Amino acid sequence: MNAPGTVKERNFINADYGIKSWLLTLDHKRIAILYLLSTTFFFVVGGAAAVLFRLELLTPASDLLQADTYNKMFTIHGVAMVFFFLIPTIPAVLGNFLIPLMIGARDLAMPRLNLASWYVFNLGGLLALMGIAGGGVDTGWTFYTPYSTTYANSQVILTALGAFVSGFASIMTGLNFIVTIHTMRAPGLKWFRLPLFVWAHYATSLIIVLGTPVVSITIVLVALERLFHIGIFDPALGGDPVLFQHLFWFYSHPAVYIMILPAMGVVSELITCFARKRIFGYKFIVASSMGIAILGFLVWGHHMFVSSQSIYAGLVFSVLTMLVAVPSAIKMLNWTATLYRGSISYQTPMLYAFGFLGLFTIGGMTGIFLGNLGLDLHLHDTYFVVAHFHYVMVGGMVMAYLGGLHFWWPKITGRLYPEGWAKLSAIIIFVGFNFTFLPQFVLGYMGMPRRYASYPDEFQMLNIFSTAGASILGFGYLFPMIYLTWSLFRGKKAGPNPFDAKGLEWTVPSPPPTFNFTETPVVTEEAYDYPI
Amino acid sequence: MSHGLISTELYYKIFATLMALTTLTVIAAFIDMGALNDIIAMGIACTKALLVILFFMHVRYNSPVTWIFVSAGFVMLLIMLMLGMNDYVSRSWDAPPSPWTAPPSAAPASH
Repeated sequence: MNAPGTVKERNFINADYGIKSWLLTLDHKRIAILYLLSTTFFFVVGGAAAVLFRLELLTPASDLLQADTYNKMFTIHGVAMVFFFLIPTIPAVLGNFLIPLMIGARDLAMPRLNLASWYVFNLGGLLALMGIAGGGVDTGWTFYTPYSTTYANSQVILTALGAFVSGFASIMTGLNFIVTIHTMRAPGLKWFRLPLFVWAHYATSLIIVLGTPVVSITIVLVALERLFHIGIFDPALGGDPVLFQHLFWFYSHPAVYIMILPAMGVVSELITCFARKRIFGYKFIVASSMGIAILGFLVWGHHMFVSSQSIYAGLVFSVLTMLVAVPSAIKMLNWTATLYRGSISYQTPMLYAFGFLGLFTIGGMTGIFLGNLGLDLHLHDTYFVVAHFHYVMVGGMVMAYLGGLHFWWPKITGRLYPEGWAKLSAIIIFVGFNFTFLPQFVLGYMGMPRRYASYPDEFQMLNIFSTAGASILGFGYLFPMIYLTWSLFRGKKAGPNPFDAKGLEWTVPSPPPTFNFTETPVVTEEAYDYPI
Repeated sequence: MSHGLISTELYYKIFATLMALTTLTVIAAFIDMGALNDIIAMGIACTKALLVILFFMHVRYNSPVTWIFVSAGFVMLLIMLMLGMNDYVSRSWDAPPSPWTAPPSAAPASH
């Protein structure tokens, strides 16, 4: 309540009241909050499934969960995490909130499309949840044929339809970002003055718009074959099951970059701010974002080295896979060079950025192992692969997301979080994550295959380590949910720029007013004009 | 009512052309032209897609940026086809592996 005689400052949160004002809002910032709630819900759903199957893996026998239930649990985990958390979260939450603010615009170019995307996303999520509630699906998040089209007795259609529909939400968001970045930049904000966060989202949006239709059509083809027996993937009907993998991975490998490129954008912002230093090699980082977006489309066949793909095609994809490591390495080296002789402060967002650097490097380097045609024969479909992609997706994307969420939380909510708790959580997450997934590299190297509820006795000790680590990780994720919620009501009020950061978003009040800027800003300096 | 630069008359003409090409597709499906079957079917389909993109989607009258994005879509399609066919074409280069047979049972060691 305001003190008598004072006027409460109007911002996007208190501009209007009531559920309807949120459900019908066209404000990009409110839509970002709606996405935050939706994606967090799916994170919890996917996490709950992970809790169950990690508990099952404590013992070699299939005792807590039967094999078919276990299969459904890892499928729920994969579908919820990939399609409804990892892919949409940074663009739809942080991107939605920040891109107009960073480029000096009042909103995204198409606010109605933005709101529609949230409804479409939730419709997709609802369909997937109906599939889970209606008996679940056991194909894995990859829906591989011929199992998904011919043999699976579970809710393949509903769940796949959920993924299909949520793809449209991604396309709407990506299209909106592209149009906004092209047409609504503030005067003076030339392309090479854009924050790297915006560049990363631009590259991501290109992948989304160009790649998502392919997986959408592929899912439709699965449905057509399953429902009407039209021969596309089933050899008995004249189809080819490997064709599914080609079409699926044509999108789903670049989808990894949909997850990680925005994360890289976040990390660029964090490192330059907390090193108080201009980013090293701005144009190289921009070029590497675009390079990743393009090269990411050329490497999908490395998922198919042992799927009866021709060995010659495998050779081509293996070589191309090595190429995509180059732009990623450019980014890592530029971030490291930015840190060099910087004035580094170890606040919570920076701890997450450091976590990202370490974990993503391990994820990326082990990707080189798997992209190697010969080595992949041994490691394919083992826990080595599981560990590798969790280091990339969770160690990379989730660490960056949490870093970004903490960095911009004062801007979003106008409140500061408790720094001590936040630092502790960042450390717990880092420790828990490594405890969970490092043993899985060893398990995979020893030959333990993924997606089995039971395993030989000699793998038990490492599985116990992994489950224990997952428990630590789970608590690590729980803490931010608690203290960030607490900070909404009890956190200290944040000023416009609590981290003394550069960028247009820090020039407006926290939380920002509905239309962001009272006057259109004019940009006269480069991005990251820090003192060092 | 026409939309900006495109007259209603032109819309009808494009629509009539699309219908004619659809009829042609059906007719072509009943005539066996050997190796030309696929080429003709794909040729008609591509022509129809081009007409839709250029006129119904107004790309012909749009800015160069729009052209770049539309072209990017086609480049992606080409990448998908080329790298995908890279697999299908080269699958037959190696002889298929011979069927699995049980190894001969180990002979008792002689001392």
